[in-house]
Amino acid sequence: MTTTTGARVRGGVGESVQRPDGVPKVTGNFAYVSDLTAEGMLWGATLRSPYARARLVLIDTEPALTMPGVHAVLTQEDVPGRKTFGQISADQPVLLDGEARFWGEPVAVVAADDPETARLAVAAIGVEWEELEPLVDMEEALDRDEVFRYAPVRRGDQTATGSVVAEGFYEVGMQDQAPLGTEAGLAIPDGEGGLDLWVTSQWTHEDHDQIWRSLNVASDQVRQHPSGIGGAFGAREDISLHLHVCLLALRTGRPVKMVYNREESFPGHVHRHPARLWYRHEADPDGTLVRVEAKMILDGGAYTDTTPAVVGNAVYFAVGPYNVDSVAVDGYGVRTNNPPTGAMRGFGVVQACFAHESQMDRLAAQLGMDPLELRRRNAMTTGDPMPTTGQIIETSLPTVEVIDRLVALPLPPRLDSDDPRNLPGGTGLTTTPEYVTRGVGYAVSIKNIAFSEAFDDFAEARVVLTPSGVEVYTAAVEVGQGMVTVLQQIARTAVGVEQVAVIPADTSTIGSAGSTSASRQTQMTGGAVLEAAQAVRKAALARGGGDDLSSEGVWRAGQLVMTLDDLCSAGPISEHTRFRHPLTVEPDEHGQGDLHADFAIAAHRAVVDVDTELGLVRVVQVDTAQDVGFVLNPQSVRGQIEGGIMQGVGLAVMEELIVDRGVILNASFTDYLLPTFLDAPDVEMVLIEEPSPWGPFGAKGLGEPPTISSTPAVAAAIRNATGLELNRVPIRPQDITGT
Amino acid sequence: MEVRFRLNGEDRSVDVGPAQSLLSLLRDGLGLPGSKNACEQGECGSCTVVMDRQAVCSCLVLAADADGADITSVEGLGSDDALHPVQQALIDGGGVQCGFCTPGFVVAAAHLFESNPTPDTDEIREALSGNICRCTGYGGILRSLEGLAGR
Repeated sequence: MTTTTGARVRGGVGESVQRPDGVPKVTGNFAYVSDLTAEGMLWGATLRSPYARARLVLIDTEPALTMPGVHAVLTQEDVPGRKTFGQISADQPVLLDGEARFWGEPVAVVAADDPETARLAVAAIGVEWEELEPLVDMEEALDRDEVFRYAPVRRGDQTATGSVVAEGFYEVGMQDQAPLGTEAGLAIPDGEGGLDLWVTSQWTHEDHDQIWRSLNVASDQVRQHPSGIGGAFGAREDISLHLHVCLLALRTGRPVKMVYNREESFPGHVHRHPARLWYRHEADPDGTLVRVEAKMILDGGAYTDTTPAVVGNAVYFAVGPYNVDSVAVDGYGVRTNNPPTGAMRGFGVVQACFAHESQMDRLAAQLGMDPLELRRRNAMTTGDPMPTTGQIIETSLPTVEVIDRLVALPLPPRLDSDDPRNLPGGTGLTTTPEYVTRGVGYAVSIKNIAFSEAFDDFAEARVVLTPSGVEVYTAAVEVGQGMVTVLQQIARTAVGVEQVAVIPADTSTIGSAGSTSASRQTQMTGGAVLEAAQAVRKAALARGGGDDLSSEGVWRAGQLVMTLDDLCSAGPISEHTRFRHPLTVEPDEHGQGDLHADFAIAAHRAVVDVDTELGLVRVVQVDTAQDVGFVLNPQSVRGQIEGGIMQGVGLAVMEELIVDRGVILNASFTDYLLPTFLDAPDVEMVLIEEPSPWGPFGAKGLGEPPTISSTPAVAAAIRNATGLELNRVPIRPQDITGT
Repeated sequence: MEVRFRLNGEDRSVDVGPAQSLLSLLRDGLGLPGSKNACEQGECGSCTVVMDRQAVCSCLVLAADADGADITSVEGLGSDDALHPVQQALIDGGGVQCGFCTPGFVVAAAHLFESNPTPDTDEIREALSGNICRCTGYGGILRSLEGLAGR
């Protein structure tokens, strides 16, 4: 392999390079899907089920169709191809198939001249419903055997016992990703029966593969484009309005745009699975873990979505990063009529981590041992088997180091001011310092990177050297995390040329880059770009007969021997790669096997101030030490970690969809509480750089770990301040006051 | 009905609907999509504009009420070639990720710095507490603006 020093390249790996999309984003010129327009464009709108479960007795679209300015009203009958969609199991009707199975399920879609007319047309559709009893309790769903996936783990001697026992029951509420940009799509017919689609998506090729089947066109007649997207966090991993906007465009022969408002965005995408988890830890008196048993139920909503994969993650990461030789876990993803659930940052590990870290604290209390000492004593490291799957860890796994480096960070000063902005309740002036108790809590997590369980996971990229610099073509979706910057940096360093443009490629021009999720794009598409870029450099040096390459051209023995112009006079140098991570396998019947491609570790420490009388919490500071492999871009790494922590804090103390008989009661930003600037804790962090065996330059994905152990750290801190058990997140004021 | 107002330094006269919001007028009527629609309830600040020296959520302002007003949207604050100092600071300081909240933060922060060029940390947090960011955890935005304030 050619040596790539990159020493002279500005903006290479390791620098806080500015985002290429920074300027258009601060000026308002960046084009999100919701900003796109097209000549002759119509607007779409959606009729939704007002019930979590109901039979559609009759639907009369005529009053809408005859309205001036209305061009189409479509129902399930109008779906020309496959009537259902879904990435793991195609079990969700494109439009209602006679029975509504969740509140807000799309019934019919309308295209009209403008958004107002489209909304009025939706209201004009005549519908008669027969309400049915919804199934909304996840334990009842399990009793009725409504199960999307059952994932068991049995590892080691199932009769092993320890003399010290900790048992607990835990619950996690339904969190919304709440990306600021709602679902949006624009489909433009090509006049030949096909179309181009711009849509809020994290995975263009997966969407595309579902879309053409339902449209009943050839796969190359649909071209899905990576699009400007206002946040994702998992909400864009499954199809939302994609098919609706395409169906309307093909029916009318005109461009059609749809943008969800916030109220319909809530039922319009999947959420984090609510979960109930029962745990039993057994240990020897010295704190050595002997056995862990867990049963967990995740509420999968009405359709499969990604529930089977989420259940797998919850089960295989049920123990955390701790060695234990005897494990039994039973995980279930169940079918209900609650709002849709699927991918959200942390993907099943969030629920498991809240429970296993709460258990570690509980066990430490039983043992009379320092909770961090208990974690250190049982900490996994490279070469250890996963406690659940038995997979031997080959990547770096600095569990003890993240704990030690975290603990070494200074604690914030004690509350020393009566400025209400620094008190729980803030400028509501609800408290004074003498009523405030401080608490500190810790949590540790382990998360898989990239797709697991034998999924055919790959990323394609094409790197092209031209006289004006390097072009990187990829279908990987930038959702805000900074992937475009990191890909530029990798290409700069690997090729040796500073001018790099990352060019989003539609589904017809390059193969899949896989999903922008599972903390995978830095390692997967980053890995693909690195390989292709190294090949481009090698080819350029061979063509130019040199030993180094820079933005000027090819060098030999310190002399410029050929300019980029001359080098590319015979045509650009282009290399295409399909990058794969180490093979993973399906679990056997006991959940055993090498199921995961890579792992990352993080630890969090939360400091909270609690007004115990009113149950108000201020999260003062959340510190972290995280295993990131290699820091490709310090500023981006910091931004991802701080943002991830904020979402973990949100789950700990305020974010929850309130659902009654399947109906979301707080489907607005007024009622679904999101952390504001005044809720944001200070964050100090330590980045640990022990390389991944296969990440580019040793880098590991890092988007999810900050969201995982931050939640149980905050919960532990509130327990520390209050002495309460607090087995459920989010922790509400009434959980603290007991009223 | 016809309303006349000053927008980003230019006099405008436009026909608006009786129920149309200022945000809809800017985005759909005048082709200025910089102001974002994220909640339509005045909770997130993504649509913030300055109207008669007050930062407001344009989703909560009736377009008809803009009559006679002096309005600055993100498009009036800087261009690709000549960024406003707040815009440059947010790029330099890692205050931008998905960017959907960014125009609202730019307008609100520029408004803060106009009245107080050296806000302290608490003043920045408080002034921007009506703008929600879901990506950054606010740290990058805070450091950007503290830097601009010389802190």
